[in-house]
Amino acid sequence: MTTSYVGKSVKRLEDARLLTGQALFVDDVHLPNMLEVAFLRSSYAHARIRKVDTSAALKRKGVVAIYTAKDLGEYWQPGPLLVSPPPIKRLTFHARTQVALAKDKVRYVGEPIVAVVAENRYIAEDALNDIVVDFEPLPAVVDLEKALLPNTALIHEDLPSNLAAHVIQEKGNYFSIKDKADVIIKRDLSYDHGAAVAMENRAIVADWNAREQQMTVWDTTQAPIPIMNGLAKMLGLSETQVRVIAPFLGGAFGPKVMMFYSEEMLIPWISKKIGRPVKWIEDRQENFLATTHERGQTHHAEMALSKEGKILGIHDVFLHDTGAYDPYGLTVPINSQCTLLGPYHVPNYYSEFSVIFTNKMIVTPYRGAGRPQGVFVMERLLDLAAKQLHLTPAEIRSRNFILPEQFPYKNEIIYQDFAPLVYDSGNYAPSMEKAIELIDYKKFVEEEQPKLRAEGRSVGIGVVSYVEGTGIGPYEGAKVTVGATGKVSVATGVGTQGQSHFTTFAQIVADVLKVDIHDVTLVTGDTFKMNWGCGTFASRGMVVAGNACYAAAMSVREKILKLASEVLESPIENLELAESKVSVKGMPEKKITLGELAVKANPLRGAVKPGTVPGLEATAYFGPATGATSNGVHAAILEVNPKTLRVDILKYVVVHDCGKIVNPMVVEGQIHGGVAQGIGNAYYEQIVYDKKGQLLTASLMDYLLPTSYDVPRKIITGHVETPSPLNPLGVKGTGEAGTIPTASLFVQALENALDNPKLEIREIPMSPNRLFELMKEAL
Amino acid sequence: MKPAPFEYVVPKNLNDCLNFLYQHSETAKILAGGQSLIPTMNFRMAQPEYLIDINNLNELSFIRTDKTGGLQMGALIRHHQVENDPLIAQKAPLLHEVMPWIGHVQIRSRGTIGGSLVHADPAAELPSAMVALNARFKVKSKKKERWIPAEQFFVGLFATALEPGEMLVEIAIPAMPLHSGYSFQEYSRRKGDFALVGVACMLVLDKNKVCEQARLVYMGVGEGPVLAAQACQSLVGKTLTPDLLQQAAKIASQNDLTPPNDMHASSAYRRHLAEVLGHQSLSQSLERAEKSF
Repeated sequence: MTTSYVGKSVKRLEDARLLTGQALFVDDVHLPNMLEVAFLRSSYAHARIRKVDTSAALKRKGVVAIYTAKDLGEYWQPGPLLVSPPPIKRLTFHARTQVALAKDKVRYVGEPIVAVVAENRYIAEDALNDIVVDFEPLPAVVDLEKALLPNTALIHEDLPSNLAAHVIQEKGNYFSIKDKADVIIKRDLSYDHGAAVAMENRAIVADWNAREQQMTVWDTTQAPIPIMNGLAKMLGLSETQVRVIAPFLGGAFGPKVMMFYSEEMLIPWISKKIGRPVKWIEDRQENFLATTHERGQTHHAEMALSKEGKILGIHDVFLHDTGAYDPYGLTVPINSQCTLLGPYHVPNYYSEFSVIFTNKMIVTPYRGAGRPQGVFVMERLLDLAAKQLHLTPAEIRSRNFILPEQFPYKNEIIYQDFAPLVYDSGNYAPSMEKAIELIDYKKFVEEEQPKLRAEGRSVGIGVVSYVEGTGIGPYEGAKVTVGATGKVSVATGVGTQGQSHFTTFAQIVADVLKVDIHDVTLVTGDTFKMNWGCGTFASRGMVVAGNACYAAAMSVREKILKLASEVLESPIENLELAESKVSVKGMPEKKITLGELAVKANPLRGAVKPGTVPGLEATAYFGPATGATSNGVHAAILEVNPKTLRVDILKYVVVHDCGKIVNPMVVEGQIHGGVAQGIGNAYYEQIVYDKKGQLLTASLMDYLLPTSYDVPRKIITGHVETPSPLNPLGVKGTGEAGTIPTASLFVQALENALDNPKLEIREIPMSPNRLFELMKEAL
Repeated sequence: MKPAPFEYVVPKNLNDCLNFLYQHSETAKILAGGQSLIPTMNFRMAQPEYLIDINNLNELSFIRTDKTGGLQMGALIRHHQVENDPLIAQKAPLLHEVMPWIGHVQIRSRGTIGGSLVHADPAAELPSAMVALNARFKVKSKKKERWIPAEQFFVGLFATALEPGEMLVEIAIPAMPLHSGYSFQEYSRRKGDFALVGVACMLVLDKNKVCEQARLVYMGVGEGPVLAAQACQSLVGKTLTPDLLQQAAKIASQNDLTPPNDMHASSAYRRHLAEVLGHQSLSQSLERAEKSF
């Protein structure tokens, strides 16, 4: 039996359950007497609601209740502001949050207006057709650049304009160095909307038990504990009366941490009102209309450089589309603003952004969470500067990397965790060197590419780098218990949606307690098992919850040794913990198993010493001072068919540094999935609204997700390990590493493949259709 | 995304089916593989009162040859059967080559050839292939039976020449002439998607290698399969050269097609692809036809 798991590619403990259909998903919850809900959603992007007539629908057999905003009475309240604005001096922010049901006005297509509760979903949907809503259409605000023009329709009429926020952050003084620059690169760059499109749509089951005065909610949320706390407050219950279970989730990627969605506010309220269990399962069409989107920025950016290719400063003014409401505060644009700086030493930075309300779906973080947009701006400017200065992409990047001795590196501006942006540790040159080596850059450029070009083939190479701010606070907790059988249970509140927590957290605990990993079971996302914590987002699960597991396991270990010392009548320093038992060094027969110790730690008769805490159990919390900064380099070779403009990725390399690696296989899985989503962003996926704010891409036929045929069969990964000094495990997050730089890489390699000096790609995504238009312009 | 209420009907035989269809021609829909109909119903774009499940009608499930060497297929033949049938690979290699382009393997396992043809999606592969192959369709109602040439079957966007009460029961494909060549080319964003542009091509040469017949049929560029008549006309009666083929592809894309503009592809890009794919398909067809000498 081995008791050293951290650092090894331990196979996933949760897979057997998942692969044999034994894992619980929300839609698996079938309760007796359960009702189902369907929503009437706005067909207009912007309209006043004059009248809602539900009388015909109420008469339909099987319809139990119908609710409009008016029926909610005092329960109708704007949802909470999930993230308040960070303490930035030059900041304006107008919080306008979503409501459970639209009352006087609808602000995006898909906004819920009426909830129909029926014996089943079929009847509920039939009844939707019986409802008549009298709309007074208003002009839709769709174009980001025009949303602030005078005489534009106001989405929130109590505000003077459609401006949701305005922020300026500065480091050094860009204006003082601009005149000294040898090269100025100035461009407009844009990154369009995309959506996460998790395999499992959102789902909620709520069950109010009047006898127990207890509300149980199964929710596809990344943050069950905040949902519990929020629901308790909204429903006027104590926190202990609300149990929220986030069981297995079929992917989440950020939109499932948004809260409160309208449905999350309503379904529990309806269950309490009617006294029956109530289920709502989002369908795929609703997922496009009712689950938040991301991306959507336009940057006016400028980079000043010396003739050696050293960045002197960057000036960036951008617009961020927040959609109809801004419940997630400024997280996404601040991530863009901060992550733009990347792994580079940028002495002077001026960044100003305006957040704009539009008649579109709300924008909240989706894997990458604003970072891909910032990285796109930085990497494009570097690409253009490199061309002008006749440097290779790798050279210009390497010349600007922050040096190892500069860490901790202070970027001065405020990050999404409200603290000044500081990179804890890093060593960037080795990542670049390794990536260049793995993609075989020199050989490709010097030997292969000329040959391919002679054959008439358009094959190009690209290399980009990025940082990923991960593992932000405030905190997470874990409870570790050794039972009478010697088995260990771990409870944490983060929730899980495929990250392998059941395995990686178990690796940490098994190593500390010296038990077989198969004896460690994890419970996650059940507020009855752990009721303190924040959730899984921002690539923080391993950093924050992982370290909480470690801290709790260390406390239990201490208890084990203390008790064993008493039982075995030997000082702690003479004891050895191994293979689920404690023995006295040099006297292997003098031993006691963890199970036996657990029984002794919970005596049934007799007396205990004052101050005794029963059980081999401990709860511990971990909260890092600031986030841990991961980094990496992606490189790729791709081919574009010069006639059809179809793109095929021939080789893809990711070199990544996420500090100490707990499980290399899991890290690679995160990267593979992330790259697939990044490729989707770059080439396939685009949320398209027409001029009236109608969503044209509300199905998987029109919103093109890359399939297994469309992503590289093999992604070559390399790892660099620079431990974080901010947590005992030395780990950094890795959840978004695959997605962040992919689109930037894609367009660099595409330009390189097409070898047309007039062709310049300044937008994401880059579909073959759009590329065709750009090629025409570049003729 | 749940369908509106409907009655589910399972006829015992074709006569039963036609009788029921005759009585409820305006409100009934035939359920074969369900690969297009069920999503349409789930989106409530189709709300039939009756769903007639013909999956038990074995009499519509056959593949055989006729006396002239042509092929006959029942409308209920599944895509995967066409894809894997050696007789079809031999007698109608164009059709064989088309099949893997249709959706994904799961779709081809359920979807039927008759279902795809009557659905008449303008971006679907089979309607164009059938027009290129000069196929004929046998349609039946309680009252009558008639044959419709593929070219006349597709009359508009998701519209066919079927009259109320009629159903497609059989597809006949004539034997390939001796010196013929074929090709199928498609561009879709992802494997398995409907075509942005696709083209099915048949070229028939006489014994002196003069083009006797040209069938260049596009999908994804109009309201149904589009036979590029002027392009074909420019080839018939001529000895085919690379220049001529290039020119024909240009004629097809410029004169014969008015491709739609949508978010996936502009009209101009579709036109461009039509020329590229048209040229590729003509060239491959000629190459194959020449091999027969």
